[in-house]
Amino acid sequence: MNYNWDWQVFFKSTGIGDEIYLDWFVTGLGWTVALALGAWLIALLLGTVLGVMRTLPGRTARRIAGAYVELFRNVPLLVQLFIWYFIVPDWLPGPLELWFKQTLHPATSAFISVTLCLGLFTAARVCEQVRTGIEALPRGQAMAAFALGLRLSQVYRQVLLPQAFRIIIPPLTSEFLNVFKNSSVASLIGLMELLAQTKQTAEFTANLFEAFTLATLIYFTLNMGLMLLMRWVERKVRVPGLIALGGK
Amino acid sequence: MDFSQIVPALPALWQGMLLTLKLLVLAVLGGVALGTLLALARLSHNRTLSFLAGFYVNYFRSIPLLLVITWFYFVVPFIIGWLTGTNQPIGAFTSCLIAFMMFEAAYYCEIVRAGIQSISRGQVNAAYALGMNYRQTMQLVILPQAFRKMTPLLLQQSIILFQDTSLVYAVGLMDFLNTARSQGDITGYLHEFLLFAGFVYFIVSFGASRLVKRLQKRLTV
Repeated sequence: MNYNWDWQVFFKSTGIGDEIYLDWFVTGLGWTVALALGAWLIALLLGTVLGVMRTLPGRTARRIAGAYVELFRNVPLLVQLFIWYFIVPDWLPGPLELWFKQTLHPATSAFISVTLCLGLFTAARVCEQVRTGIEALPRGQAMAAFALGLRLSQVYRQVLLPQAFRIIIPPLTSEFLNVFKNSSVASLIGLMELLAQTKQTAEFTANLFEAFTLATLIYFTLNMGLMLLMRWVERKVRVPGLIALGGK
Repeated sequence: MDFSQIVPALPALWQGMLLTLKLLVLAVLGGVALGTLLALARLSHNRTLSFLAGFYVNYFRSIPLLLVITWFYFVVPFIIGWLTGTNQPIGAFTSCLIAFMMFEAAYYCEIVRAGIQSISRGQVNAAYALGMNYRQTMQLVILPQAFRKMTPLLLQQSIILFQDTSLVYAVGLMDFLNTARSQGDITGYLHEFLLFAGFVYFIVSFGASRLVKRLQKRLTV
């Protein structure tokens, strides 16, 4: 087996414009980061609403949020992506469907599908974390807040959620990292994010090992960096006295 | 929506499901075995060994499964060729199986490690007091109890793996999802086939996690 190692390959011209292969990786990383941040925003907002719903006294809200979690947790991400990408656009009302399929750049419509899919998928997980965080708080917190005359919405906004979020930063961090990793499914519907660019470089140059090693290093570094960042955030926002609850 | 087209495709879909299940079962067995070894290495007093195991776990946990699958699909044949000097293709199934086993081992390792650590220290001391050596202590006292405690978590992780096997789509393996998709393309009823696939995955995962929950209740008594 002879394999020609060539770590200079990333600085060679791709033959398309005046790009070098490294540019492909940069573009891919850009898509990956954009996808992950967009999906995380959706997941965090929707997940918080659902998580609160799961702890409300009313049964209907709890049931709806519970059903959401079961549905989105028990269907593989790739199946969900296919549904958002192949099926949902066909269900859009006429003009919107036309706009989505024909006016938008294919990369943009794929980006929208993946972001939405990944955001809704992750929301189910965030919901469970938020619920756990709220349930981990001493019951007295909510009671005291009610006794002070706060309304239900104020109890959540001013007393429960600020504490719950600080408790759940570690599990939320791993969900955040999961979003980055999961965004690689976008490569399967043709969005040129990091993994797709890696595959393309491997095919163009036949330098498989170098391309995949670089991709692995990028994901690894991204993960480590984000983990350190979140650890710092956790230290910053930690509530003294609550560490026993949140610290793991 | 016309779901009647699915009926003639059921045998093909069943074949796909069999492949999914075969991959799942082998990957779980291999993953748990490798994960247990990793957990023992991680907990060992040998610094080098525990560092290496820790690095392995962190490494696989920080890269996407899809990257691992693609990587192995291209690279495993290369490596086997290197080792054996032959140029035999090993096929998508084997490379996917190796990828899943190695990837899941990192996750199973953490579950097993937590399981071992949850067994009280007195058990170890008692075993040593009875004159057992390390190997006997682990094999006869600690691991059987730890596995009993971990079973629900290991099964839960396996349900996640069941869903993740759908990613073999990336290398064209005809698992359940890929079969459904290609049948949908052939018949022109892609929507129905995809929704059906989603439905089946849902029923299996949902049912399995309900069973696991019931088992968990029984085991924690």
